[in-house]
Amino acid sequence: MVAAVIGVIRSRNLFVVVILGGIYSFLMATVMVALDAVDVAMTEAAVGAGMSTVLLLAVLGLVKTREAPLRHSPFIPLLVCFLTGAVLIYGTLDLPPFGRQDTPTNQHVAPYYIKNSVKETGSPNIVTAVLASYRGYDTLGETTVIFTGGIGVLILLSTSRRRREKQSSKKDSLT
Amino acid sequence: MFAVGLIAVLVSLVLAMARAIMGPTMFDRVLAANSTATLAVLSLSLLGFVTGRPDFLDIAILYTLLNLVGTIAVLKYFHPGEN
Repeated sequence: MVAAVIGVIRSRNLFVVVILGGIYSFLMATVMVALDAVDVAMTEAAVGAGMSTVLLLAVLGLVKTREAPLRHSPFIPLLVCFLTGAVLIYGTLDLPPFGRQDTPTNQHVAPYYIKNSVKETGSPNIVTAVLASYRGYDTLGETTVIFTGGIGVLILLSTSRRRREKQSSKKDSLT
Repeated sequence: MFAVGLIAVLVSLVLAMARAIMGPTMFDRVLAANSTATLAVLSLSLLGFVTGRPDFLDIAILYTLLNLVGTIAVLKYFHPGEN
């Protein structure tokens, strides 16, 4: 995966970048399954490896496949990235250790879910039970947001294509 | 036995990754991406058997479907004479 990321950074051909990104998503999804986060892995494989590859290729059909040369020095963005990363790592130092039972997040509703989710929802996977049953309205709202976003993107793309067709037909009628 | 198979699959995964990064032409990279995804699916199912949970096979089937969609999309947007 590290090799895939380095390849993404070093490559100047955007087609290669898209393909390596798909490979990275697939490996990431496999790692997530190995870590027992099956639903997250499913999302990563569907969105990262499937949809975003298709969308990025659709964008590549509209723009050039070569990356434009840099016009300014890359050191200031690099410095900002390192500073942000350092601040985030400093923030994680205050978090409680991973997997402890007496942390606040594990005290609130998690014991209730673990105890009652199979009885109340009939789903053997607790994460699925929480997402689809206890937070059903939340998930429904997220789906609505994503659906609206998709419709917006489709409308934008179709109007630009229609305008181009109209221009070309006008050119044809002139000649 | 499954563990040995898993190690073999991981080695070939590394080889496919190397081809994807070095690959001189675009077809090499597309093929390498496809085989990387296939090997990831294989390692996933082997991992399921190693850890004693064969339900990973369902997820592996889904990944194979996504891999097919991705490869077809890549080849659809492939313009001849451009690499």
